[in-house]
Amino acid sequence: MTNLLPKDFWSRNETLVAGVIILFCILATLSDPRFFSITTVSDLLRASIVIGILAVGAMLVLVSGGIDVSFTAVAVVAMYSSTVLALAIWPNIPWPMIFVISVIIGAGLGAINGFFIAFLGLPTLIVTLGTLSIFRGFLLTFIGSQRISNLPPSMRDFSRGVLARGTTEAGNFYSIPWAVLALVFVIVLTWFILRKTMLGRSIYAIGGSVESARRIGINVKWTQFFVYVYVGALAGLAGIIHGAVGRMADPFSLVGLELSVIAAVVLGGARLIGGYGTLTGTMLGVALIVIVQNSLIVVGIPTTWQSVTIGILILLGTGIPAYRAKRTAAQAG
Amino acid sequence: MSSDHDTAFIDLRAITKRYAGVTALDSVDFTVQPGEAVCLAGENGSGKSTLIKIISGVEPATEGTIRIAGQDHPTLNPRISAAAGVMVIFQDFSLFPNLSVAENIAFATQLSTHQRFFRSRSARKIAGDALDRIGVQIDLDARVESLPVAQKQLVAICRALASKAQLIIMDEPTTALTDKEVRRLQGIIRMLKEEGVAVIFVSHKLAEVLDVSEKVVVLRNGKKVAEGPASDFDTQSLTYHMTGRDVPEMPPSDVTAGAQTLMQVQGLTKAGSFADIDFELKTGEVLGITGLLGCGRTSVAKALFGLVSPDAGSITVDGKQVPLGDPQAASLARIGYVPEDRLTEGLFLSQSILRNVAVGRLDAHSSAGFLNMQGLTEEASEWLRRLKVKAPDVEAPVKSLSGGNQQRVALARWLSRTPRVLVLNGPSVGVDVGSKADIHGIIRDLASQGIGIIVISDDLPELLATCHRILVMRDGRIIDALDGKSVTEDDLAQRLAS
Repeated sequence: MTNLLPKDFWSRNETLVAGVIILFCILATLSDPRFFSITTVSDLLRASIVIGILAVGAMLVLVSGGIDVSFTAVAVVAMYSSTVLALAIWPNIPWPMIFVISVIIGAGLGAINGFFIAFLGLPTLIVTLGTLSIFRGFLLTFIGSQRISNLPPSMRDFSRGVLARGTTEAGNFYSIPWAVLALVFVIVLTWFILRKTMLGRSIYAIGGSVESARRIGINVKWTQFFVYVYVGALAGLAGIIHGAVGRMADPFSLVGLELSVIAAVVLGGARLIGGYGTLTGTMLGVALIVIVQNSLIVVGIPTTWQSVTIGILILLGTGIPAYRAKRTAAQAG
Repeated sequence: MSSDHDTAFIDLRAITKRYAGVTALDSVDFTVQPGEAVCLAGENGSGKSTLIKIISGVEPATEGTIRIAGQDHPTLNPRISAAAGVMVIFQDFSLFPNLSVAENIAFATQLSTHQRFFRSRSARKIAGDALDRIGVQIDLDARVESLPVAQKQLVAICRALASKAQLIIMDEPTTALTDKEVRRLQGIIRMLKEEGVAVIFVSHKLAEVLDVSEKVVVLRNGKKVAEGPASDFDTQSLTYHMTGRDVPEMPPSDVTAGAQTLMQVQGLTKAGSFADIDFELKTGEVLGITGLLGCGRTSVAKALFGLVSPDAGSITVDGKQVPLGDPQAASLARIGYVPEDRLTEGLFLSQSILRNVAVGRLDAHSSAGFLNMQGLTEEASEWLRRLKVKAPDVEAPVKSLSGGNQQRVALARWLSRTPRVLVLNGPSVGVDVGSKADIHGIIRDLASQGIGIIVISDDLPELLATCHRILVMRDGRIIDALDGKSVTEDDLAQRLAS
């Protein structure tokens, strides 16, 4: 049995996070049997789509040894401008076109980050803190600060599309929207890039040691540039899905979410020093954060305790493995 | 001589390199034959790093011609040089700690084929083949960060082999290795040479690689000052050529008869690192503590200065008990500690040289909370002068100094506090030969002034040159106490390894 598990199974963040999730679900089911139902699963899944896509991007940046805090601004700018653009020139535009425009705008904004970071060599946190502010300010000043609830009709169609829907025996309604497929697509694509292409391996290599990467001939600049463009594109996708599913283009939404997303990624085992991070871990981190945000009330913890709980989880979730690593290092030395 | 040039893998002629008016290399000829191992020796600043940079294409030569494998290279860059089979293994190995052994070995090879997709199976095959070639077994899936230093070096060698290396340049290959690991490395080098792979060792710790080398080239101040078969050189003559002066290593003079006991350590124990450490140190005595990496010698050194908190035992200085696990109490008892890793533990790298010395004396030069800057500065300068720290400017940051001079700054700081006991952990790690002899001279001087000195080191010649008595540790215990004068290097090496 133990042979089936990776050697470091018990010391991995993924295991810890999965354990906490299972524990939480058991507690929640004990205090309210209705928690254990397809309704809960579909609710949580729906809440995970946008944060999940953003987290995949944030994870990629952490793996490459950087940190991006601007992706929520990129997402909201891409979502709002593509909606405004569509309404202005082609209100009956099919939804895939709006999605493509939003992704392109996101990628373009990501390229601005990438330019400063990869080609001018500026620190990633400084650059993205700056662009976070600039992108959002630009949006509110030049493009608009009004909420738009009258979206192009095709976007409404997208939000109505479901993979499955129904009513449980207890009479609770559930539905799984199309948008889940976007998350699945992003995970599969990113998995392929990270695991199966030299580009993906180069991202891990750069995160491990930039100097070594340069010495063996990895094109560090273009790889970094790609990372920020890709993250921008994912943010564009997450943004437009957020708008479509929420049936409103709100220029004040999303921004402020970035730290929760990064928290989810860090909980999943990505390290701020770069080089470490997995999709499995990231998704588990997202699941945990979403569960805490949505279902804490079920086990009798008031919602005001949400952020305290998330904070404790981060401290324990990253602290325990770090402390353990330090102890083994001390014993070896 | 001309046939030498014809068959050579690397053939450099009359290479000169100038940086902004400074001549780093002055018309140096340098050849390496296929399957030949060459020792490139020289002190810091002798030009050996510059020569390596020119061969590997990192820096262009100002004048001279470069031929690699019979082909002229008027312009050389790292890619061309690597494609011709020149691989450099830097002192830090340039590995990726977060990736597996297999990927570390195969990465460069897979990049060079311009493939877009990563094939994990072919990476494992490339890595497995390279490891087989040198007859080593390392778990292909292990992360490199989890490997000991010696295995990381083997991974770096395998990576060079996988990239079809014809010449492997190794920068300071033995500094981090134990004797046993050095012997294994020597075996691997012999095997590579049989396969026609040439090796250049760049080192200032040479005795260990002399055995497997055919040729020695010594640089000093940018000029080639000696070249010849390795059998013509020994540690003494190498040192002479590198420094341009004879640096005789005199054994320490006797401890004055009737010297008093200065420090007494009894039953010092810390679970998991060392146990039952007993010894005495007399005034003016130099005591060596040695053992393989991981034997607990560094933990003992730290415990003496309170940086590691022992579970049991006692330390007394001049008959007075020193509280354990408290560096401030230790320094009040006038114990000084110069750590092995000056860079991270000992010095404030970006602060000025003067401040680094003066920081230990802030209390002595302050009154009513104000500092007497002048007195502080004068005293620090005096110590820098006495230890012959070569610095253009005492206000320059410490990191601008060479290893030997940094070590002197660390020493100066402690000496200015007039310690009774000085614990030196690896006093000459990363220091070139000339400075090393000077540091040994300083140790002897200090001892003759009555300071008790404890030298923690695995550099056997260093111990023999400085110590009156040598304690050998294994698995956290002292297993031998030897007289520094009567023991030989071979004897000591055997006791260490056995």
